[in-house]
Amino acid sequence: MAHARRDHPDEACGVIAGPEGSDRAERFVPMVNAARSPTFYEFDSADLLKLYREMEANGEVPVVIYHSHTATEAYPSRTDINLAAEPDAHYVLVSTRDPHDHELRSYRIVDGQVTQEPVEVVESYDQPRAV
Amino acid sequence: MAVTVSIPTILRSHTGGEKTVAASGNTLAEVIDDLEASHGGLKARLVKEGSLHRFVNVYVNDEDVRFSGGLDAKVADGDTVTILPAVAGG
Repeated sequence: MAHARRDHPDEACGVIAGPEGSDRAERFVPMVNAARSPTFYEFDSADLLKLYREMEANGEVPVVIYHSHTATEAYPSRTDINLAAEPDAHYVLVSTRDPHDHELRSYRIVDGQVTQEPVEVVESYDQPRAV
Repeated sequence: MAVTVSIPTILRSHTGGEKTVAASGNTLAEVIDDLEASHGGLKARLVKEGSLHRFVNVYVNDEDVRFSGGLDAKVADGDTVTILPAVAGG
């Protein structure tokens, strides 16, 4: 959310990597939005290769792929759905349209099907905390 | 020229779950044709109307082929071809 506020009015994006098969989002990796746009995001191609090499070396996968919407609600756009290419990832969307209201939701996007899922905020995976 | 091709998760249904597969060719286009011969269906996921899909990134070693000739990019023996779908949206 802080990353999204910082990059507003452009969309912010990044991943939270975690051990393959764990489904635990552990390592926060903010990425540069190469599109630098309020309506589109894309990881820079060289950064993308570096990120995937790094995750491969660490035995990690992108557990969460996040990006912000700057003027609309935190729901996947048609472009988000068409371009979603990680069926195992949780696509987290935040909206920065209201400077005070935090809007954050998570979805699976598989074969064009969007499923919203609950989000639980934890300090660490040992001590769950209610949202 | 024998190369190793790194396959992203979303395309592993075409490679029986394999993360890397072997292929051969002198250019990226030849490598993709060779891939198609052994793993049918892959080419259509990578190439559209004679060009690479806008939202599929292909690298020969560390170089994005968009800057080295696209499908005409040269590959050499022992090179690694990495396929990564763009992480993008609106």
